[in-house]
Amino acid sequence: MFRITLPEIGTFDAWRDAARRALAASIPPETVIWQRGAGEVDLFGTESAALPDVAAQAGFTVPKTYLSTVKLALWHRDPERFSRAYAVLWDLQSTPRLFEDCGDPRVAKLNALAKEVGRDKHKMTAFVRFRDIGDRTAPRRRFAAWFEPSHHIVEPTAPFFAKRFGDMDWTIFTPDLTAVFEGGKVRFEPGVEKPPLPEDATEELWGTYFRNIFNPARVKLKAMQAEMPKKYWKNMPETAHLPEMIAGARARAAEMQAAAPTLPPLRAEKVTARVSDMLGAARASGGEERMTDALASCRRCPLWQDATQAVPGEGPLDARLMFVGEQPGDREDLEGRPFVGPAGQLLDRALEATGIVRSEVYLTNAVKHFKFVPRGKRRLHQSPNRDEIDHCRWWLDLERERVRPALIVALGATALRGLTGNGDGLLKRRGKVEMSGGQPIFVTVHPSYLLRLRDAEQRQREERAFHADLKAAAEIAARMATQSATV
Amino acid sequence: MSRLTLQQKLAILSDAAKYDASCASSGGQKRDSKDGKGIGSTTGSGICHAYAPDGRCISLLKILMTNFCIYDCAYCVNRVSSNVERARFTPEEVVELTLEFYRRNYIEGLFLSSGIIRSPDDTMADMVRIVRSLREEHAFRGYVHLKTIPDASPHLIEEAGKYADRLSINIELPTDSAVKTYAPEKDPSQIRRAMADVRVLKEARKEKTYRGRRAPRFAPAGQSTQMIVGADGANDATILRTSTRLYSGYRLKRVYYSAFSPIPDASATLPLIQPPLMREHRLYQADWLMRFYGFDAKEITAARSDGNLDLELDPKLAWALENRALFPVDVNRADRDMLLRVPGFGTRTVGRLLATRRHRTVRWEDLTRMGANLKSARSFISLPGWQAKGLDAADLRARFAPPPEQLALF
Repeated sequence: MFRITLPEIGTFDAWRDAARRALAASIPPETVIWQRGAGEVDLFGTESAALPDVAAQAGFTVPKTYLSTVKLALWHRDPERFSRAYAVLWDLQSTPRLFEDCGDPRVAKLNALAKEVGRDKHKMTAFVRFRDIGDRTAPRRRFAAWFEPSHHIVEPTAPFFAKRFGDMDWTIFTPDLTAVFEGGKVRFEPGVEKPPLPEDATEELWGTYFRNIFNPARVKLKAMQAEMPKKYWKNMPETAHLPEMIAGARARAAEMQAAAPTLPPLRAEKVTARVSDMLGAARASGGEERMTDALASCRRCPLWQDATQAVPGEGPLDARLMFVGEQPGDREDLEGRPFVGPAGQLLDRALEATGIVRSEVYLTNAVKHFKFVPRGKRRLHQSPNRDEIDHCRWWLDLERERVRPALIVALGATALRGLTGNGDGLLKRRGKVEMSGGQPIFVTVHPSYLLRLRDAEQRQREERAFHADLKAAAEIAARMATQSATV
Repeated sequence: MSRLTLQQKLAILSDAAKYDASCASSGGQKRDSKDGKGIGSTTGSGICHAYAPDGRCISLLKILMTNFCIYDCAYCVNRVSSNVERARFTPEEVVELTLEFYRRNYIEGLFLSSGIIRSPDDTMADMVRIVRSLREEHAFRGYVHLKTIPDASPHLIEEAGKYADRLSINIELPTDSAVKTYAPEKDPSQIRRAMADVRVLKEARKEKTYRGRRAPRFAPAGQSTQMIVGADGANDATILRTSTRLYSGYRLKRVYYSAFSPIPDASATLPLIQPPLMREHRLYQADWLMRFYGFDAKEITAARSDGNLDLELDPKLAWALENRALFPVDVNRADRDMLLRVPGFGTRTVGRLLATRRHRTVRWEDLTRMGANLKSARSFISLPGWQAKGLDAADLRARFAPPPEQLALF
């Protein structure tokens, strides 16, 4: 038998080193006795030898999950933790993928130990309560706490406190080990009995907060105790208020329910009237933007219910060219502007390539609200149906009337339907000019059609065709404008 | 009026803040004060430093800057027409409380909200000033959650997102018409636009500049919201539909459901009831199913004629009982999506099952070690060592539902 005694500080590193050497010397797990410090004594008093002096085996790897599990499990109080970890390490030699088998009892046990240690560490980060023990005006303030962890977790948890409370000195006393942080360095000292710590006036403020943040109308004691087990209560100042809070809760809730509504204070009415004026003025943009305000409250079809906002057209009211798309997409719905999403960017590039200036044309959509189905964190675009297009025509007609462009470009079938009442046979009508409502309509595809093409060659071809369409439209618009000017 | 002490103000302004359910301190950027030049850290996962007897965690110092308010929302204790005692913290007091509580490890940070005073912009500007002081003058690196006022101007929201880890805007009630009835000064479409703005700002900051530098993060822990349940007549189907829309449209990290709870000095328009705590709990379970288990809001309430969740059974079990034809599930063959639908299997159990399945057949004895809840799962699975029976039994539901209670006479 071999006996390996691990130090109380730096236990994990020492275990790893010893385990590597034991493995290099091919010492089977059942012949090793592990212990931490002199405290954990072998009950059977077995005769044992120290580990032979062999260099640790190089180039030996273990799965990451094994290492992260053992890094926690070794701080457990279970006396067998070291030998369990070594036994699994031994078995990993012959079964390298053992750790992926979560149903294996050896792995499950290590996982269970790690989980308990993880929880204890977490509770330590939550429930340690510092008291001010120094001078408030000193450059580094001093605090101290007493805590009783269930496992040997002071060493692995100390870095958390060092990172969090970097600009103050602190000490956490525990029965097991004491962590001291001074001048930015952590050191460990032996455990102590509970030391007397001076009173701290801030605890009274904290108690006030604890009592008042509690809602007596909803008492869920089980939920509280599941997360804040009683064993921690004695070192948490706020828990002293619990009995009184719980005892009075029911009466306080009943009192609230029984109380008759009171008359509002006198100032309430005046304030409400003033607020109503203020908000009315702020929310209505007034004047020029009356159409936008009216559109925002449009309820002609149910699409408004799920959308963020109606997206009005954008551009100068004396634009020569007007582009009509399908409907706002995800980005447009968020930003409240037309053609700002991926299809809009594609349109921007096409406009630039054909010499059309975006700020000189009027851009809008046949339908003003975004239609979609939610899928997890996304909203999937859905084409508007005929009813929705027809209901929204009211707004499109209004925009056509206000802008009176020389030429309107219908981008895709929805726009075509909105403009002419018929969206069928888009590709046959593409590239031609139709008259509708006394205005010439130029027909082409929607830029999102190009976005959907996967084949690079086809996409290039279609982009060229789209550019040609836009160029043709610009020329027609220029001709129309000079015609109407000469007439 | 006599001047209030800090202790009195804290009592009033924490009492006024407790109806906001959110207390999360998770997500976002990792920071620490190892350099010794400041105080605080965030690790990505939050810490609950205490629990109150209402079962809610206390992670942040959750206070109002002031409970004076010019709005008149019927469900709110701080509405202008209420007679509660009013108070206001000075910015220094908020900073002092936050830092002193933080140094004693009572809290993860600050959750600052406020009643609306003078105007939405004035209020938001005051709140931003407090957080800026914490961050810049006191090098505070802990967590900050700022309640955002939807009517505040975009540049204030942008500044708020620079200092806060999380922003939240409360949707308040599940339907637009309920908001208009009970919170007449609030505009539901303005609330949605504000959420959209937060998402747009956050995503814009994710992109690198042309020099490859990263812009300062905007609200790294995202945004959340809260909906009051049981104050208006909306059913659970409507509530979940609204949540789905919020998650998909504005990428919210969380939607909090808050059972409408009695408040001191209640309004005559909203009579007080017992808070529907079980309903709130079921809504959270349904919310989880939508976010992590691939359920659709519609499926969860499909079998219920009134559109409300079953209060006796958790929604996953209720769904499985309604869709028995899909069970038993063969644990060794079923795909991930189907395994996630088995009552008693959580996401971690399913992960372990899939990992183990790559090497060997999973047996009944393995399930407990993988963290499955067999009391629920046993009726819906088959694998070596176990075959579910009685799926078509009429009393299957009775095996899970709590026994009927005799009505009390008093």
